[in-house]
Amino acid sequence: MTATTVSNSGSANEPLSIDAVSKGAFDFDMRAALTSGLILALSLVFIALCGIPEGLNERLLIKPVLSLGYLSLLWLPLLFGWLSGNETVLEGMVATKKGARDIVRGLFVGLIGGLGLSLLTVLMDAFDLRDPLVNWSPATEEVLQFSRSIGFGVIAWPVLGAILGAFGAALHVMPEKIRKAVMAGLGTVLSFAIFATFIVDVADFLDDLLYARRGGLKWGWAIALFVIGAGASFLGGGRKISEMKSSYQAATGPAKRQQTTTLILLSLAALIIIPLITGKITQELFANIGIFLLLALGLNIVVGLAGILDLGYVAFFAVGGYTTAVLTSPNRGPDFEGFPTLPWWGALLVTIIIAGLVGLFIGAPVIRMRGDYLAIVTLGFGEIIRLLFLSDWLNGWFNGAQGITNVPPADFGFFSVKGTDPRSVFYLVLFFAAISIYVSWRLERSRLGRAWMAIREDESVAEAMGINTVNMKLMAFVVGAVLASFSGAIFAAKVGSIFPTSFLILVSVIILVVVIVGGMGNIMGIIVGSVVLIGVLGGPKQPGLLAEFSEYKLLIYGALLVVMMLKRPEGLVPNARRSRELHQDEFLQDAWLKGEVDTDDDMVDPSTGGEGTVAPA
Amino acid sequence: MTTAIRAKGAAKTNVDKFLTLLRVLLIGAISVGLLAFIAQQIDPGNAFAKWTHDGQEANRLTGEQFKGLIVSGLSQGAMYGLIALGYSMVYGVLGFINFAHGEVFMVGAFTGFIMSNKFDEAGLWEGGAFIPTVLFTVLIATLIATGLAVLMERVAYRPLRGSPRLIPLITSIGVSFFIQNAVILLFGAGAKSYPPNPDWLQDDWILGIEGVKIVVIIVAAISMAGLWYFVERTKTGKAMRAVAEDKEIASLMGINVNRTIVTTFAVGGAMAGIGGMLWGLLFRSVIATTGFLPGIKAFTAAVVGGVGNLGGAMAGGVALGGAESLAPLTLLEPLGISGVSQLRDAVSFVLLILVLLIKPTGLFGERLSSDDRA
Repeated sequence: MTATTVSNSGSANEPLSIDAVSKGAFDFDMRAALTSGLILALSLVFIALCGIPEGLNERLLIKPVLSLGYLSLLWLPLLFGWLSGNETVLEGMVATKKGARDIVRGLFVGLIGGLGLSLLTVLMDAFDLRDPLVNWSPATEEVLQFSRSIGFGVIAWPVLGAILGAFGAALHVMPEKIRKAVMAGLGTVLSFAIFATFIVDVADFLDDLLYARRGGLKWGWAIALFVIGAGASFLGGGRKISEMKSSYQAATGPAKRQQTTTLILLSLAALIIIPLITGKITQELFANIGIFLLLALGLNIVVGLAGILDLGYVAFFAVGGYTTAVLTSPNRGPDFEGFPTLPWWGALLVTIIIAGLVGLFIGAPVIRMRGDYLAIVTLGFGEIIRLLFLSDWLNGWFNGAQGITNVPPADFGFFSVKGTDPRSVFYLVLFFAAISIYVSWRLERSRLGRAWMAIREDESVAEAMGINTVNMKLMAFVVGAVLASFSGAIFAAKVGSIFPTSFLILVSVIILVVVIVGGMGNIMGIIVGSVVLIGVLGGPKQPGLLAEFSEYKLLIYGALLVVMMLKRPEGLVPNARRSRELHQDEFLQDAWLKGEVDTDDDMVDPSTGGEGTVAPA
Repeated sequence: MTTAIRAKGAAKTNVDKFLTLLRVLLIGAISVGLLAFIAQQIDPGNAFAKWTHDGQEANRLTGEQFKGLIVSGLSQGAMYGLIALGYSMVYGVLGFINFAHGEVFMVGAFTGFIMSNKFDEAGLWEGGAFIPTVLFTVLIATLIATGLAVLMERVAYRPLRGSPRLIPLITSIGVSFFIQNAVILLFGAGAKSYPPNPDWLQDDWILGIEGVKIVVIIVAAISMAGLWYFVERTKTGKAMRAVAEDKEIASLMGINVNRTIVTTFAVGGAMAGIGGMLWGLLFRSVIATTGFLPGIKAFTAAVVGGVGNLGGAMAGGVALGGAESLAPLTLLEPLGISGVSQLRDAVSFVLLILVLLIKPTGLFGERLSSDDRA
């Protein structure tokens, strides 16, 4: 696609533009480009002052030319260059022809961004603002000067910015095939460089082959990987996949069913086999992803299906963890003296019941509230529950800040699940995730699920249609609570100790980000969200693949939440119905343009109505 | 979300019964706590006090302690009130909770910290220079907070106007998270201390109350009065009220809706900035998470007083500050709960739940446009 289109219906059938107009190389909106350049400059300076380049400089990606620290700055000019060439083409508008003009604009934007960093380099040399700004340090200065001299830094940044900006814009100009090949090549190199720990963990023999001793791809291999990636894409590797995808989407009836079953069985088999051949790091990562996936699936039912924004979801996770810990550990509060300790699965049954009751108890007072009040009140409940676990008042039960230690492994006779063996944790998590996914999937298509979606879309109408909204919303709370309690119970057995600090509001927010980035109301989206976010960035305390990011991941989570809400509120893998809700105006406009008088949005363009289709960008 | 219309006298569901039970239990617990408190003030060794304290005598609160609790509750509440004004105004005009408003407050306090320390190094934080320096610092802190609030509106909220209600709310959670962590990365995670206040500000002024607390209360009252004048008596204020009532009609009447919304954010941000600076003077310490809980509590204060109602926000703030400061020792302690000071934060959330259960429109009623009230 050379231009972003607002409508998705137009791009498929009819040409968007009547006539492509070409313009001179300097004939672009100077003011807009200047603004975008200044925003780029500010963002770059902000990243530099946050200490990200300096903190990540140790992690080499391609030895000796690129470190993760420099990448944290350099990706931005590229993106801004690309964005500067984007334009919104509405139906009936004339798209401009891409050409030299776009490259010049990208170059200009990148140049201004680079100048921002030059200015920072000079200022850092001249003034000392280290007192309030902790990263106004010689180390940052050295990174900004490329460890050479101030003059080098001042000249290099604008040059680099301009080159990358122009390159980003040039992506619009290239023929589509070449563009895809270039992107694939870059993607391959960067994935191999960034996910080095994971790749080495999976395939040990690659370590000496691809990577230098102190980290980073050897540059020769970097070029080779680029060629491999680009070549594969050029020769049509990507096309095969997209063909398979579209044939899968086109299939209906029993054929589709069969394909789905095969897909599920294949991925299940892969998930069972992979941990057998990988090292501990990957197993641990998989286990963490699974724990958060369980939480996200639960929250998806509450937020995604029923439309109840629960910001205190961590409460149920805490209840699950604490109940299991109290019932299984000998080190619980003194008030439980004489109470027998249960095996893990016995405790799980009690945990489920207690979590369900807590769900009812928290749900009942809040379900009649306005959506936003509900958010704050649930957040309050989340905090109250944490404070209760922490308090001296209930010290006799939960040991306050000391927490409950010595939670025994979950023992099933034939295998026991403990934190030192992440593979066992993963298999347990996989089992429960499979249950949760199955339950969510069935619920979504059940009477209950349809009632939830009706409530999400319009509560009054749902009630008028005879849905008992109060009971249905309570059910959402209970189901969500039970799913979270699974996760809590596994967490207790995995970590072996439970502290109030594991259940901060932060956890709720991170799960919310996972659900939103993945795609509210879509199970596939939730899985993608968990894998991408928890797997790459990491959970609140658990490191992800980019363990170096731990300091910055909360910033990234916050930024991601805002960007997703602004640019793609339906998430990476959207739920078809929800994205129609969010883009209702655009769908209606498309329908109007195409002369369909019927403005019932369900009638609009049935070809995009199937589950799993990509929503309009 | 709408509260569905239910006919009066419709059959009570189990949820209704549960809620009634919850109301009765909460009010019952509060009454028992209060009675127990009164009893323990009269006779610390009374039977109930001995029963709740495992046979020990209860600790009677002295008049001095009681006064201390009320004054610190008032000064804390005044700050909650100042932050609550911003929530209340934005909720009134745009109909969503700006979660990140607490961060505006924090940034105000942070600006105050940076400037006051610089001035302290220059020797301007003492003697005759103190008052002009503080005024200047307040001015800058207010300006920066205002700027941040306006920037937030421009970048994050304006593109979302007209989208489903929960979308801007979720966005504001992201904004709040982002600002918090940006401040941690830019300025470091540790607690930052303000330079010590001059002695005369820490001394007792009247009735043995510290000067700084009196200053906080007075400044909050003056800001509140100024804001009231601005909203109720000026043309811009009138425009704000009109936009809060109905955006479309307001724009038909020739009101620049965008500019009015920006003004709302700016005024709310300014109040939060003043609040942040007062926080710094009072507690003399600020960290990046300073804004989060006070922010949520301030929203609680806004709800307690009635959202959209400026007087209500201030009254709600004072009520919340008072409850938070008094309840642990006058309600929970007489009931024999140990470690009550840890439960301070829980008190404000319980108060929020209580108000929403008993009088969802707040103590002084909401002032919202008809579709926000739905």
